[in-house]
Amino acid sequence: MEKKDIKEIEKQMKLANKGLPEKERELFSDARPTSVSPLNKYLEKFLNWARSQSLWFIGFGTGCGAIELRPLTTSRFDIFRYGIAGKPTPRQSSVFIISGYASMKTVKRIVRSYEQMQGPKFVIALGSCTINGGMYYDSYNTINRLDYYIPVDVYIAGCMPRPEAIIAGFNKLKEKIKAGECDGMNKYTDNFDWYKKNQKKIIKDWNMPDYNW
Amino acid sequence: MEQILNSIKEKIEIKSIKQRDDLYFINVKEEHIIFLLSYLKEQKGFTHLAFLQAVDFNEYNMFQLTYMLYNYDMKVNLGIKVIIDREKSEMTSIHKLWKHAWQYQRELHELFGINFPNSPHVDESFVLEGWEEIPPMRRDFDTLEYSNKTFYQRPGRSTTDPKEYMKEKLYKNFVEPPKIRKEND
Repeated sequence: MEKKDIKEIEKQMKLANKGLPEKERELFSDARPTSVSPLNKYLEKFLNWARSQSLWFIGFGTGCGAIELRPLTTSRFDIFRYGIAGKPTPRQSSVFIISGYASMKTVKRIVRSYEQMQGPKFVIALGSCTINGGMYYDSYNTINRLDYYIPVDVYIAGCMPRPEAIIAGFNKLKEKIKAGECDGMNKYTDNFDWYKKNQKKIIKDWNMPDYNW
Repeated sequence: MEQILNSIKEKIEIKSIKQRDDLYFINVKEEHIIFLLSYLKEQKGFTHLAFLQAVDFNEYNMFQLTYMLYNYDMKVNLGIKVIIDREKSEMTSIHKLWKHAWQYQRELHELFGINFPNSPHVDESFVLEGWEEIPPMRRDFDTLEYSNKTFYQRPGRSTTDPKEYMKEKLYKNFVEPPKIRKEND
């Protein structure tokens, strides 16, 4: 069989949800995520402009870098003048900031929160730990590369990056959104099985549905 | 403080070290530990258990546990060191003396593999969910090998010796001074 055929068959298959007990499997959906194709050219361009003007990030500090997010929202750096604000739940937000190292326990929560966010959704990876492991490259408990578990749009290097660097990262994200390059959500659904394989390699006790939306 | 140490020495065999005016250490055998802790807590006012920690002495085949106590009246810290066998790695639980000790014991059980029988929740995972290897804080666990095996490395990571790097960057014309003494002196 050709590769295209295998991918089409994979798309039709339903999720097994093997991590859940058999009684609860009926309560959760077994549908796969579907990719969203862009609308007509000019409408999509307008929508991308609108999306870039109001980026709401989820207030989930996954590592030490979360300490840089508080001064961002207060009066000194005042990120709200760019139309960016923090939101308490994944449903309300469109940007996910992975701040610093992500331990194996946190990756489980990151995957859960990322899948619950509504599209279009963007990911900013903050600090060198998300790029290649940083100073925790030989740790038994922190991941080295974030882009094997969720798609990443913008990296901000540093240990830790100052709030000015985060503002620069947000501006870079805006440019990419306006150019229509931030397609992380479709990347995730197209390579869904590859991402799941990587996630299940480190999350040993998988006791949640395969796709939590 | 000397009075307390003498009163213990009358009862059981200990070695005591004075490190500062407010910091003492006691080495005690494994079978006397419950007696000593309850004696210090009930009668001598060491009511606060600050922490319980373990050190892995891989070469001597033993673990060293340290119970750190604090006396609010005398303002004195007292560390009690016990040596236990590494192969057996089992210790009496003290959760009946201090209620919060179960959390320390659960952590030690997960990270060092020291068992505390009858301690509440001691088998539940604390930081590592679904861990399958040997406990990671034991010194014969190779973290770099595990990291290479489990996580994906990004190519291009390199390190430089800071001394050589600075020599190359800043002091290119640096000449090493002549040695005055002979090497075999």
